[in-house]
Amino acid sequence: MTAIDPTAHLTAEQIEELGRELDAIRDEVIASRGEQDAAYIRKVIAAQRKLELVSRGVLLFSIFPPAWVLGTAGLSVAKIMDNMEIGHNILHGQWDWMRDPKIHSTTWEWDHVSPAAQWKHSHNELHHTYTNVIGKDNDLGYGIMRVDEDQKWHPFHLGQPLWNFVNACFFEYGIAAYDLELGRNLSKHRRKSPEFRARARAVGRKIRKQVLKDYVVHPLLSGPSFLPTLAATFTANLVRNIWSHSVIMCGHFPEGVQVFERRSINGETRGQWYLRQMMGSANISGSKAMHFMTGNLSHQIEHHLFPDLPSNRYAEVAVKVRALFEKYELEYVTGPLPKQVYSAWRKVFRLSLPNRKPHVKAPERERELVAA
Amino acid sequence: MVTTPLLPSDYLDLVSPLRAGADLRGRIEAVRPETGDAATIVIRPGRGWRGHTAGQYVRVGVDVDGVRLWRAYSVTSPTHRRDGRFTITVKAIRDGKVSNHLVRRAKPGTLIQLDQATGDFVLPRAKPAKVLYLTAGSGITPVMGMLRDSEFDDAVMVHCAPQPHDVIFREELHGLVAAGKLRLTEVHTATDGMLDVARLGELVPDWAERETWACGPAGLLDAAEEHWNGHGVPERLHTERFRPNVVVAGAGGEVTFSTTGKSVDADGATPLLDVGEDAGVLMPSGCRMGICFGCVTPLKAGAVRDLRTGEITEAEPGVLIQTCVSAAAGPCDIER
Ligand code: FES
Repeated sequence: MTAIDPTAHLTAEQIEELGRELDAIRDEVIASRGEQDAAYIRKVIAAQRKLELVSRGVLLFSIFPPAWVLGTAGLSVAKIMDNMEIGHNILHGQWDWMRDPKIHSTTWEWDHVSPAAQWKHSHNELHHTYTNVIGKDNDLGYGIMRVDEDQKWHPFHLGQPLWNFVNACFFEYGIAAYDLELGRNLSKHRRKSPEFRARARAVGRKIRKQVLKDYVVHPLLSGPSFLPTLAATFTANLVRNIWSHSVIMCGHFPEGVQVFERRSINGETRGQWYLRQMMGSANISGSKAMHFMTGNLSHQIEHHLFPDLPSNRYAEVAVKVRALFEKYELEYVTGPLPKQVYSAWRKVFRLSLPNRKPHVKAPERERELVAA
Repeated sequence: MVTTPLLPSDYLDLVSPLRAGADLRGRIEAVRPETGDAATIVIRPGRGWRGHTAGQYVRVGVDVDGVRLWRAYSVTSPTHRRDGRFTITVKAIRDGKVSNHLVRRAKPGTLIQLDQATGDFVLPRAKPAKVLYLTAGSGITPVMGMLRDSEFDDAVMVHCAPQPHDVIFREELHGLVAAGKLRLTEVHTATDGMLDVARLGELVPDWAERETWACGPAGLLDAAEEHWNGHGVPERLHTERFRPNVVVAGAGGEVTFSTTGKSVDADGATPLLDVGEDAGVLMPSGCRMGICFGCVTPLKAGAVRDLRTGEITEAEPGVLIQTCVSAAAGPCDIER
């Protein structure tokens, strides 16, 4: 939390006007959604499937190093496409309007150990509703990290750069545990709740299937290439995990992004909600390929404003959104991937150490947060 | 195991969407204009297609502007076409999204979704001696399927259309007449006025002795039912109605939660999520503001309005709505 509220100059009317302008941007995209968008997602899905098939095919011969390199690279990209541009966005309901039951948030399952249904709850519902509200949005630090100066420091936090690194490597497992709210639910009486058990079983099943496919069936199919294929799939999963972890860190952790106190969202208006999304997210700048590989989460700000608009439209929306940031004199946090990743990691390191209390006195802070 | 979380079929669909075992689909192979606003669509169905009986209809799922919409159309081809294809004949109706798309914009090569043919507007096994077909507009399509499929010794048809050039299959019908296989009366409603079913006897004196198949707008069918009932021969009449319920979108209406069996009145501004919860129905929910899609629920009948955009969504099989941002736009049925 910065000591100065970056939205303090806005009046309540301005905030509502901002909300209306954002609604108008949304309506425009919805009115123009159509055939080309549908063709886009179908093309991406088909491309992903072909790439995965071909890569796994190549890995059958991964005993030869060039095949290993090619297959691993292809599989990594395929897995990233599955999780980012396809899975994340479909599960957001971005493509529900097509009424194609095969490309629908209620039926889609992804190449990930967290079952889609559980992820939708913790991500779509909790994270997107309570974006950056400390104590409500667990994406802030995933419950294992300190992400704001105001949070109480604990010696445990000294290790957070390490936790964060481990989490990056095994990100999909981290997410699964997180979606299960494992930490909280492992306490004695909760562990027994039938609801938690059912969900844990679902995760178990999903893990089993994923592991079986990647680390048993596929290597076995490769015969003499068993070990290289095993290593290749492991590497592809690792690459995918580190990549998605990095992209996601860039969405809410870089310097300049605001966090909010629980109380600040009581009775929040639509305009205020929008404003919180604007101040709580950060973008990644870069090429088209870059946007594609991040599942357009490089347009995190736009995604948070309009989580259900088709991802291929975020780029055009971003131009208009950015103009609004300028009009209302707000900071549009963006930068190239290395810079944003560095910025986020620096914060992880910095906050692993205790800091002096912020300079602002409590009553003032509160006012500032309510304004936000 | 090999493809989890996908199914092998997800991959096979990439190369062979019409193969046996796939979801039933078809490929449009040709679109042939029939009249100014009607066209016949030639469809090659997937391997799973089980054929049809003359007079039946098939539901097709067509992507219009990226949105999959389902409609039912009568099959107009004979039952045993050698090439394995079948045809539907579609008349573009005003504001009809799917019909206009199929008649004017559909391109050969396009994949569409199919259901198996169904419907009991069909001929009986034992051939009746005398047959009457009473049709209007696109109501001729199921009957054409029958005419192309089997011959009768004594078949009469009364068909209504605004003008001669609006008569779908006109040439072919006159061919049948010339060959002595059909007696046809065309009623051109633009000049002759509407057909008065009560005076059908003037056109077909022995109508009451004929096994009759009638298909057309609701007005015609209502009048026909009344007429046949009035003369004590209702069993001779077989009717087919194309659009049984026309949804009228208004503001608010009676909301039925069909799984729970509850019905309540709702206004046009209250989200259905709240309506349901207030009525004690267990409704899934999440963000309650339209962003998480945790509340999507099938809309089984009626229409709802999106409170954010004002957009109206009508019930169709497979249509899901976000209850937290949708309000009743007339009576509707929510599967909860
Ligand atoms: S409850 Fe979240 S979209 Fe309806």
